[in-house]
Amino acid sequence: MSPGLESLKRLDRRWIFLAVGLLVVVPLAVGIHIAPVTPSPRARGFYDAIEKVPRGSTVLLAGDYDPSTVAENYPMHLAAARHLMSRDIKIIGLALYPGGPPLTDQVLRLAAAEYGKKEGIDYVNLGYKAGNELVMSQMGSSIPRTFPVDRRGVPIDQIPIMKGIQNYANFPLLVSISAGYPGTKEWVQQVVSRYHLPMVAGVTAVSAPEYYPYLQTGQLRGLLGGMAGGAEYEVLVKHPALATRGMDAQSLAHIFIAFMILLGNLAFLGEDRSRRR
Amino acid sequence: MHLSPNLGVWIAALLTLGIFSFLYKDNPVYKFCEHLFVGVSAGYWVVLTYYSSIKPNLIDPLFGVPFAMDRHLLLVIPLVLSLFLFSRFFPRGDWLSRWSIAMILGVYPALRITGFAQGDLVQQVAGSILPLWIPGDPATSFNNALLVVGLLATLVFFFFSTEHKGAVGGVARLGVFFLMVSFGASYGYTVMARVSLLIGRVMFLLDTWLGVVRF
Repeated sequence: MSPGLESLKRLDRRWIFLAVGLLVVVPLAVGIHIAPVTPSPRARGFYDAIEKVPRGSTVLLAGDYDPSTVAENYPMHLAAARHLMSRDIKIIGLALYPGGPPLTDQVLRLAAAEYGKKEGIDYVNLGYKAGNELVMSQMGSSIPRTFPVDRRGVPIDQIPIMKGIQNYANFPLLVSISAGYPGTKEWVQQVVSRYHLPMVAGVTAVSAPEYYPYLQTGQLRGLLGGMAGGAEYEVLVKHPALATRGMDAQSLAHIFIAFMILLGNLAFLGEDRSRRR
Repeated sequence: MHLSPNLGVWIAALLTLGIFSFLYKDNPVYKFCEHLFVGVSAGYWVVLTYYSSIKPNLIDPLFGVPFAMDRHLLLVIPLVLSLFLFSRFFPRGDWLSRWSIAMILGVYPALRITGFAQGDLVQQVAGSILPLWIPGDPATSFNNALLVVGLLATLVFFFFSTEHKGAVGGVARLGVFFLMVSFGASYGYTVMARVSLLIGRVMFLLDTWLGVVRF
C-alpha cells in the first residue's frame, strides 16, 4: 500500500470531526451560496395537499418530535403552520412526544403573530397525551374525551375552535411532523387506513426512506424528508427560513463525507491488493 | 456580536459545548451533561404525564366536581389496574401486577396488529400490483417493472426454505443488489440527519447565544 493511503488508515478521526465542524460553521457564519433549492415532487405533493384544503376549515397538526430533532422538524413545522394560517385554515395542534408541546406552542404563536391569528379561535394546542396508538385510536371515537383540556388547562368545551369537533371526520387533512415513534407510521396505520383521512408528513431524514412506500400507495399525499425537504417546502411557500439557510452547510458537509467514504474505500482496496501480493 | 443576557440560553449553550467535548475524548464534563439530561428528561416526563394525562383523564373526572356516577364507575377500573402495577414492589402481592400487564399485552398488540394489517400489509400488497406496460408511458412502465422485479427478488432473498443455488441463487443475488441500493439511500439520509442536528446546534450557538449571525 502506498504511504499516502497508509497514513490515511492511521488518521485520527478527530481531524474528520474538526473538518466537518468547520464545513458547517464557516458557511453558516459567512453565508455562502452554493446551489438553489429545487422542490421535489414529494414536497410539491405536501404543498398541493394544503393548497387544496378549503379556507376556513380546520386541520389537525401533529408535532410529534422533541428538542433532539428540532433542526430537522422545527423548520417544516413552522413552514406548515405559516402556510395553513396564510390560507385562513384553523389549526388544532397536539403532540405524542412529551417534549413536543412547548415546540408546538412556539410554532403556533410565531405563525399566529405574523398572520394576526388568535389562540382559541384560529388555533389551539391540545398538548401531550401519553398512550401512543391508543390516543390516535381514541381520537377516532371522541377528541373531547381524549383531550378534556388544552395545554393551558382550559376545558375543551370553552374553546371556540373546538366547537363541533368530535373526531377525524371533522378534518380535511392531517399534517404529521414526526421524529419517529409514535409518529407518521402510526398515524398512517391507525388513522389513514381506518378513517381514510388524507395525510401529509414531514419527517426526519433518518426515517424518510421508511415512508416512501406510503407515498407510492397514496397513503401519504406528500413527504418532506429532513432539512432538505424542509428547505424545498420553504421555497414553495415563498418564505425561506431556517432549513434553506442550513442547506449550504449541509451540502458542503455531505460532499466532504462522500469524499472521505471514497478515500476510505480506496485505502481498503489498496490494503486488499497488497495483502494478495 | 450580541451575547444573550438570558441565563437559560447560557446554560443550554454550555451544555451543548459540554456534550460536544466528547468528540475530543470522554471527560467528566460530558458525563455531567449526559447524566443531567437523563435526570431532567425523566423528571419532565413524569410531571408532564401526570398533568396532561393522569390528572385530566383520571383524577379530575373521578374525584373532581361535578360528580358523575357513570364516569366514576368506569374510571375505577383503570385506576385499580394502574395501582396493581405498583404491587411489583411487594413480593407477596406482585402477582396482582400480572392482571394489569395482561391487559396491556392484550390491548396494545391487538391495536398495533390491526393497524399494521390495514396500513401496511394490505395497502402495500395492493400498491405492488402494477401494470408492467402502459402504452405511451415508457418511463412509468419501466418504474413499475423495476419495482415488481425488485420486490420479487428481495422476497426470494429472504426465502430460506430453499437453498440459494442455481436460478433461485441468481434471483436472490439480484435481491441483494436492490437491498444494497436501499441501504445506500438510508445511509445517505442518515448522514443528512446527523449533519442537520449539528447545523441546528451551530445555529443556536451563533444566533441565540453569541448573536454573531441572525438566521
